[in-house]
Amino acid sequence: MQDFEQYNSIITTGVYGSAIALILIGLYAVLIKKHLIKIVIGLSIIDAGVHLLFVAIGYIKGGTAPIFSPGNEDAAQQMVDPVPQALVLTAIVIGFAVTAVALSLVIRLYKHHNTARIDQIKSLKW
Amino acid sequence: MKKVLVLVLLVIVGYFLTDTFNLIPFGENRIGNPQDEETVAGYYLNNTAEKTSVANTVTAIVVNYRGFDTLGEVTVLFLATTGLGSILFRRKEDEEEIERINKPSSSLMQTGSRVLFPLIALLGIYVFIHGHLTPGGGFQGGAIIATGFLLMLISYKNFKAGHTMLNWVESIAGITFVTIGLWGLLTGGTFLENTLPAGELNNLISGGVIPIIYIAVGFKVAAELTGVLDILLNIKPKK
Repeated sequence: MQDFEQYNSIITTGVYGSAIALILIGLYAVLIKKHLIKIVIGLSIIDAGVHLLFVAIGYIKGGTAPIFSPGNEDAAQQMVDPVPQALVLTAIVIGFAVTAVALSLVIRLYKHHNTARIDQIKSLKW
Repeated sequence: MKKVLVLVLLVIVGYFLTDTFNLIPFGENRIGNPQDEETVAGYYLNNTAEKTSVANTVTAIVVNYRGFDTLGEVTVLFLATTGLGSILFRRKEDEEEIERINKPSSSLMQTGSRVLFPLIALLGIYVFIHGHLTPGGGFQGGAIIATGFLLMLISYKNFKAGHTMLNWVESIAGITFVTIGLWGLLTGGTFLENTLPAGELNNLISGGVIPIIYIAVGFKVAAELTGVLDILLNIKPKK
């Protein structure tokens, strides 16, 4: 029992910790990096961290995927929460759309200023 | 100096995030007993199999219970594609100067992607046709088909995705979605009401309008993602 609880706390720290670490890494990239492509990558990493957090909150210990298969039609007791999974499905698609539009803006900026580094785009400064 | 400030900020954000999520125990059963329908998830898990005959609860939530939300999501995807096209708009006179940034790939790549493309498309179609039975669905299947097109686009220099065709597929899929929604409004009373017979659980033809909507979403997502990839790969190199 002691071992199991220790194991469980390691899993908890690992899942939540990696999600929070992804969010922090993304935030770091957005705040520190000068290259616009790297900033967009940072936004995508924040996205991934938030998705992992959502799915982790919906998880139930020992739960199965929320899909009824032949033979266990009454398995609703053991299933994990399906609502965060549906929300993450939406969020992934919106994240893709945001990344695509951000990249197209980066391409436009690069064509206009000949550089994609924000510290070299002078017209932004006053 | 800036780095130190950012690191302090990250430490503060990380501390409060950790503090908050320590209050939410990992793996705890928060939906309670599904039979008593006290929570949203309990209601979904308890009623999906009987009322809609859809084996995949996530599909039932995405397409039926939250179908209006999915319509908005598909609209956001459409707007992103349109916005991408208008931001990276090319004038007609520049058209002959358009070149792919990537060099022509090797014949190994070309033959391999020609062999793989139909298989990838088949897998994508399988994933979105069985979206109500197995893990997967319209968004996932559409993304798989778009990766097949990406393979063709990067291995063949003059492979054209055919924008007229993509627009038609996208429009027809979107119109199908909205028409099914309005049909539900006319016959059942609410938008996207599941008016068709539910059928039997775990049959391919079951779940009423849910598989039809998810197939439409699959085609729409595949067309939109292919359009985005085609636009991004066709950018004119700098002179």
